[in-house]
Amino acid sequence: MAAVRRTEARREVLPAAARPAYRTEERYIVDAIHFGVLSPTEIRKIAKVTLVTYTLYDADGSPVPGGPRDPHFGALEPGEICPVCGNTRNDCPGHFGKIDLARPVIHPHYSEFIRDVLQTTCRACGRLRIPPERLRYLRSVHERLKTRWPKLARALEAQVKEEASKRMECPHCGARQFKIKFVKPLHFYEDRPEGEILLTPTEIRGRLENTIDEDLELLGLDPKRARPEWMVLTVLPVPPLSVRPSITLETAMRSEDDLTHALIDIVKRNEKLKREIQSNSPESVIESYWFLLQYSIAAYIDNELNIPFVLTQRRKRPLKTLAMRLRGKEGRFRGNLSGKRVNFSARTVISPDPLIGINEVGVPIEIAKILTVPVVVTPYNIDELRRYVMNGPDKWPGATHVYKKRQNVKIDLKYQRDLKSVAESLEPGDVVERHLINGDIVLFNRQPSLHRMSIMGHIVRVMPGKTFRLNLLVCPPYNADFDGDEMNLHVPRLEEARAEARELLLVEKHILTPRYGGPIIGGRQDYISGAYLLTVKTAYFTKEEVQRLLAIAGYEGDFPEPAILKPKPLWTGKQLVSLFLPKDMVYKGKAKINAGALACDGPECFNDSYIVIREGRLLEGVFDKNAIGAEQPMNVIHYIARVYGHSKAREILDTMYKMFIRMLEIRGLTMAYSDIEVSDEAKKQISELVEQYRKEVERLIQDYKEGRLEPMPGRTVEETLEMRIIEVLNKLRDEAGKVAVSDLDPFNDVFIMARTGARGSDLNIAQMAAMLGQQTVRGKRIHRGLRNRPLPHFKPGDLGPEARGFIKGNFRDGLDPTEVFMHAVAGREGLVDTAVKTSQSGYMQRRLINALVDLYVDYDGTVKDASGNIIQFKYGEDGIDPMLSYHGKAVDVDLLIERAKVLFREESK
Amino acid sequence: MPSKRMGRVPKKILQHELVPEHRVLSLEEAAELLRRLGVRPERLPQISINDPIARLLGAKPGDIIEIRRRSPTAGESIYYRIVVTYES
Ligand SMILES: [Mg+2]
Ligand SMILES: [Zn+2]
Ligand SMILES: [Zn+2]
Repeated sequence: MAAVRRTEARREVLPAAARPAYRTEERYIVDAIHFGVLSPTEIRKIAKVTLVTYTLYDADGSPVPGGPRDPHFGALEPGEICPVCGNTRNDCPGHFGKIDLARPVIHPHYSEFIRDVLQTTCRACGRLRIPPERLRYLRSVHERLKTRWPKLARALEAQVKEEASKRMECPHCGARQFKIKFVKPLHFYEDRPEGEILLTPTEIRGRLENTIDEDLELLGLDPKRARPEWMVLTVLPVPPLSVRPSITLETAMRSEDDLTHALIDIVKRNEKLKREIQSNSPESVIESYWFLLQYSIAAYIDNELNIPFVLTQRRKRPLKTLAMRLRGKEGRFRGNLSGKRVNFSARTVISPDPLIGINEVGVPIEIAKILTVPVVVTPYNIDELRRYVMNGPDKWPGATHVYKKRQNVKIDLKYQRDLKSVAESLEPGDVVERHLINGDIVLFNRQPSLHRMSIMGHIVRVMPGKTFRLNLLVCPPYNADFDGDEMNLHVPRLEEARAEARELLLVEKHILTPRYGGPIIGGRQDYISGAYLLTVKTAYFTKEEVQRLLAIAGYEGDFPEPAILKPKPLWTGKQLVSLFLPKDMVYKGKAKINAGALACDGPECFNDSYIVIREGRLLEGVFDKNAIGAEQPMNVIHYIARVYGHSKAREILDTMYKMFIRMLEIRGLTMAYSDIEVSDEAKKQISELVEQYRKEVERLIQDYKEGRLEPMPGRTVEETLEMRIIEVLNKLRDEAGKVAVSDLDPFNDVFIMARTGARGSDLNIAQMAAMLGQQTVRGKRIHRGLRNRPLPHFKPGDLGPEARGFIKGNFRDGLDPTEVFMHAVAGREGLVDTAVKTSQSGYMQRRLINALVDLYVDYDGTVKDASGNIIQFKYGEDGIDPMLSYHGKAVDVDLLIERAKVLFREESK
Repeated sequence: MPSKRMGRVPKKILQHELVPEHRVLSLEEAAELLRRLGVRPERLPQISINDPIARLLGAKPGDIIEIRRRSPTAGESIYYRIVVTYES
């Protein structure tokens, strides 16, 4: 039991800023908390009733005095007046009671301290088993270490324990000592010459009482707050009823809390033991009842101890006792203190809205009418607030409550028939709880909240429907998609909280992530294909198309000059993109398509795969994943965010990016069966390849069977065979894939998606068009299932490609039944892997966060923990804020030079 | 407390590429460091007196050891550890 005491509580009124606008009560500030053990005197002092009977109610249903439901435990029923404090249930805090134990009982959670004391002190005189001279010396050392070097003090205490427990004769009184054997968690035996003797709690308590404070300090105890004999209970505190309320079922049956059940058990056994003692029963009988009392008290404290006894509800379910209330995920600490439930929050399914800004969130009207913000009435907003009050709680934008300052009353508009008079009575200083309206700031969150971008500030946009709407560009930081994901929304209600949300949490302030020094917000999928199709060399747009594209981006500048005049005016996509780039922007870099046949190493690139931006104009290169994608360090949006600031970056995300998806609406992007259909010629080529490689595998198997296969170094012949076969078959898949890929139209939509990084890869295309290739489980060919074969379709011991999970079919033409099976086997491995990985990394994340929570970067650049210990002398050893870095580096020299060149040129003009 | 069980530390461990350069600060340097950081010595990271390097340098409890480490982020970084008589 820990006594939490408030030492010298300073009475202090919190600053106005720290309390809700209309609350003025005074608060206390806790200066310190001391943890200790409750002494019997203290327990007796706080106890208002003594439990002597286990009957809860008498015949007519009223609680029995001295029973576990004695009214002195506090008022709980409506209208009940507490006999102790005279309050009703609203104000009665509940009161402790006690059970006077017939015989002392060891507290199972303190028994290790008891062991330490027993092992180090004299069984006769109670002194620490260390000679007086040395004792004096150790005490003075300990005294000096205690405050400044607590770890050193702990080390000294450990040494004292070791020294004292070794001494088998008391240096003070000369008494002979015996070894103490401790059987967790309750029993102590003394190893005397006549045999192992069980020490009774009474005996143990007697020895503990003999110890003196100065000696105990050397053992690391704080005897003023935790005398060891208090760890052997003589009186058991009984918690108030509010801690263990009973519930009345519909059948008017009362059901008591588990703690009450446990207490009933304890009282029963205590009374029984008392009677046995009074009737002078033989000591062995008394002892057996004493044991029972010990067990039930131990289980009452902790029902998960290693003792041959568990408190149960009618011999079935184990009771949930004190320790279980605190421990674990749903316990008081993790479940209630670090994970509180909150008001002014909402949760619903999310769906996409590409037309709202990235800083915005669409909130259903229904939700906007429930979530409210308190607004203090001023001469400037009184008209607006009156309108809200007139609308009442059911019509958006309205208000739910009004707090009248002068009368100090809160009016619930739900029950107010005359809204008009309430509206008219508004005066400065009153507070209106108004609905959430457009422009309010809220916090938006998606679990699991693994990094700080998992909670960001959004500006409310109230709209019809039942889902939260969010811009697709903010999917990456939340890792959200729309297959049924739900998100939470919280309304900050104080002006300070709202200001913080706007200044620190707003989405645009999190375009760059501290995780890897790059943009986490940016395009994915359609944005990337769209950007590519808009900016390819071949893309020319008519005036009407340009108007559509610029309109959705909200472009308001001059209409650009066409790039081509005859036969009709046409504009290039690069031109349109350039309208949104900062006028002095300089950028160079490779596009995603810069690979394979389209590779280029510098600006002189005929494949249009090297991006060059000069004076804010996209001169060359296409926009694809590397330019506008999310989570691509050093790309265009990263550069803009770093050089021109996050609000410029947001502006571009809210305008230019809209053109990319409009581009797809104009052109269309789809995938047809024909996109992955290879010609008969290529099909023939692939089947020839299959035959050729099959022969190679057969040859390997033949060699193996005839013992001609040379084992590779460090491998058995079997392993060598497996590796060689896998090698050959992977080559087959790759070559077949190559045949298919080179046969397909490299500018069909599937290829555009793969090449620009929008979705899929060449391997995916090969698996659709050519063949799936070898399926593996744990990196090996599939071989388990039946005896010597995975399926009954094959001969036992068949080592051929098909029998071991090689799939020569493809997704387009379909798979054989055996191929489907092999694919499913390998597919399951992936599912199992992700399931295992998420649970393991979640646990690791928890451990890391708990270890690192209170580290901070001090103003001098050092990293310290909560008590001021230095962890690093310079944050990250280089003092760089990773969020402002270029992929971890402090500066990007290439871009600096490029920029300097342009600036220099401008200067010399 | 230095344990009697431990024997001599071979000097060659200093040459190992994973052992960064260690140096015991002079009293003046140590005082200057603490003044600059504005902390009391017990707030510094610690190194056991039984640490092979501390023994090789003949460091005494309360000495501050300067360690020049290769750093993937900063090239070289300097770290300080105070010699203590226990291991935490
Ligand atoms: Mg999902
Ligand atoms: Zn009361
Ligand atoms: Zn003695």
